[in-house]
Amino acid sequence: MNFELDGRRVGILGASGSGKSMTLRSIAGILTPDEGHIVLGDRVLFDSSGHINLRPQVRNVGYLFQNYALFPNMTVRENIMVGLETQRRSVGSLKENNKSAGGLFSRRKVFKEEKNRRADEMIEKFKLTGLEDRLPRQISGGQQQRVALARIMAYSPDVILLDEPFSALDWFLKDRMQLELTEMLKDYEGMVIMVSHDRDEIYRFSEELLIVDEGKVVKRGETRSVFADPGTRAAAALTGCKNFSRAERLDDHHVKALDWGITIETERVLPGKFNHLGFRAHQFQPVYLRDETGEVQGKDVLGQTSATRPGNSIRCNVISEARLQFERNYYIKPETESADGTLLTWLVQRELWPEIDERGLPDYLVLPEKDLLYLL
Amino acid sequence: MEELGIILQNLDWSPLWISLKTGVVATFFCFFLGFFAASKIMRAGSGLKAVIDGILTLPMVLPPTVAGFFLLLLFSKRRPMGMFLYDQFGIKVVQSWLGCIIAATVIAFPLMYRNARAAFEQVDINLIYAGRTLGMSDMKIFWRIVVPNAGPGIASGTILTFARALGEYGATSMLAGNIPGKTATISQRIAMVIQDQNYLTAGVWVAIVLLIAFAAIVLINVISSRSMKNVERW
Repeated sequence: MNFELDGRRVGILGASGSGKSMTLRSIAGILTPDEGHIVLGDRVLFDSSGHINLRPQVRNVGYLFQNYALFPNMTVRENIMVGLETQRRSVGSLKENNKSAGGLFSRRKVFKEEKNRRADEMIEKFKLTGLEDRLPRQISGGQQQRVALARIMAYSPDVILLDEPFSALDWFLKDRMQLELTEMLKDYEGMVIMVSHDRDEIYRFSEELLIVDEGKVVKRGETRSVFADPGTRAAAALTGCKNFSRAERLDDHHVKALDWGITIETERVLPGKFNHLGFRAHQFQPVYLRDETGEVQGKDVLGQTSATRPGNSIRCNVISEARLQFERNYYIKPETESADGTLLTWLVQRELWPEIDERGLPDYLVLPEKDLLYLL
Repeated sequence: MEELGIILQNLDWSPLWISLKTGVVATFFCFFLGFFAASKIMRAGSGLKAVIDGILTLPMVLPPTVAGFFLLLLFSKRRPMGMFLYDQFGIKVVQSWLGCIIAATVIAFPLMYRNARAAFEQVDINLIYAGRTLGMSDMKIFWRIVVPNAGPGIASGTILTFARALGEYGATSMLAGNIPGKTATISQRIAMVIQDQNYLTAGVWVAIVLLIAFAAIVLINVISSRSMKNVERW
C-alpha cells in the first residue's frame, strides 16, 4: 500500500479485510508492518530498510479505538489526565517557562496545577462537567466517545486516527455522534484519518479519500470526485454502486453492455480504456409508453414524450422487489440470456411511489449518459 | 463426646501452625514468581510460549511424588547441589521446614502462574495499545492498567495457591519428611494418625482443613463476583 496524504480530513474506505485497519495500526505503531516506510511530517516513524521503528509512545499519534479503550479502572478525569501526563509538547514548553521559578518542588507543583487546569479545560470543552468522577462503565456511549477524544486531544497528537468509530452504533446514535465528532474536531489543526467500510460515514467526514482493496490503494482523490468517478469496479462497489456489466467499446460513441444486453450511445467521446460499466441504482429515469388510459403515448415523469423506445434504456422487466421504509428496490432482469443471473437494482425514493402505485411500473428505464461509470 | 474432648485437650496443634506458616510463605513466593512468569510469557512469541508454558505448568499435572523425586534429586545432601548448599551455607533442605516451603512452592506455583496469565489475557488488548499510543511506558501500562483490571483474577489465583500450598502432601512428605513439630503438616498428620487407626483425631484435622478450604472458596467467590457483574445466568 502506497500513498501520501496532506489533507486535513482524510477517509480510507475499504471492505472488511482490505487492510485499512492494519494501515492505521501500522501508523500508530501498535502493529509492525513486514516492510515499507511510514513518514509523518519530517519524522520517519518506520523504515524496514533503515531498521527504524519508533515506539508508539514517541510517535505522537492519537488513536480512537472502536470500543474507545477507556481505562475501566480510572475515572473520566483520570483517563484524561493520562493524556496530559505523558504529553510531550506543552510539558516541554512548561519546563522552559518555569526554569526561573525556584526549586524542583515548586516547579513540580506549578506543573501539577497546570495539568489540573488543562484537565478542567478539557472536561468543560468536551461537555463532561459533572461526570469527572464517574467510571467509564457508568456513562453512556456518547459520553465515552467524548472522554476518549478528550484524552487524545489532551495529548496534542500530530495526527488523529479514527478506527471505524461508528460501526458498532445504531442508526440514530450514529448520526448524532457523527455530528458531535465533527464539532469536537473543528478546532483541531492536524490531520485526521478515518477508516471505515461505510460510504456514508466517509462521504460525510472526509475531504480527501482513499479507496483500498486487497491491500492496495485503488483510488485516491478529492472525496466528491472519487465518488463521481471511482475508476475501478471494487472502488465503485465501495462507493455504493450496485449495477455492473462487462462492456465492449464499439467505437467512440457506442458501447455494448454485455451483461445488460443493451447498447449505449453517447454524445461525448467514450474514454479509451475501460472494460466495465457501472450504474447507480437510484439514477434510472422511468419512462412510460402508455398514458393513464393504457394507450401507448410515451411520456416520462419529466413530461417529455417519446413514442418509441427511448435511447439508452433497458426494458423494465421487474422480477422481484423489496419494500423498505424509505425506499423500494426493484430487481430487473437484463435483456440478455447470457448473463449469469445478475439482476439490475433500481432504487426508488419515496417521491416516486405515488406515480408507480397509480400508473404501474414504467416500460423502460433510461440510463442517462452523465451517470454512467466507466470502470476497469 | 467425652473422647472428643480429651482429644481436643491433648491435641498437638503444631501441624496447623506449620501448615499455615508453610502456606503463607509459599504463597508469598508463588505470588511474585507466578506474577513475573505470567507477565513475561505474555510478551513471548508463540513457539517459545508453548514450551515454557509447558515447563511452568508441569508441576500441576505431575503426581506430587514425581515432583518430590526430582526435588530430592536436586537437594539431597549426597547430590552436587544439595552438597554445595550444605557445605557452603549450611542450608539443609531435606528433612527441614525449608523443604516444606520448597515443595509447597513448586507444587502450588502453576496455580498462581496460570491464574495470573488468564487474568492478564482477559485484559482488552486495546487498553494496552491505547496506553502505548498515549505515551505511557510499558511499565506504567502494566501497573496502572493491566494489574488493576486483572485484579480479581490475580486475587483468586492467590487464594487458590494458598489453599493448594496449605494441603500439599506428596512432595512434602518426600522432601521434608514428617518430623513432629518441625515438618509435620496437617495432611501428613492425618495420614499418620489414620495409620494408627486413630480416626477421631484424623476427623478433627479433616474438619479443620474443610473449614479452611471452604473459607478460601467463599472468599474467591466474593472477590470474583465483583468482576462478574456482566456474566449472565445460563
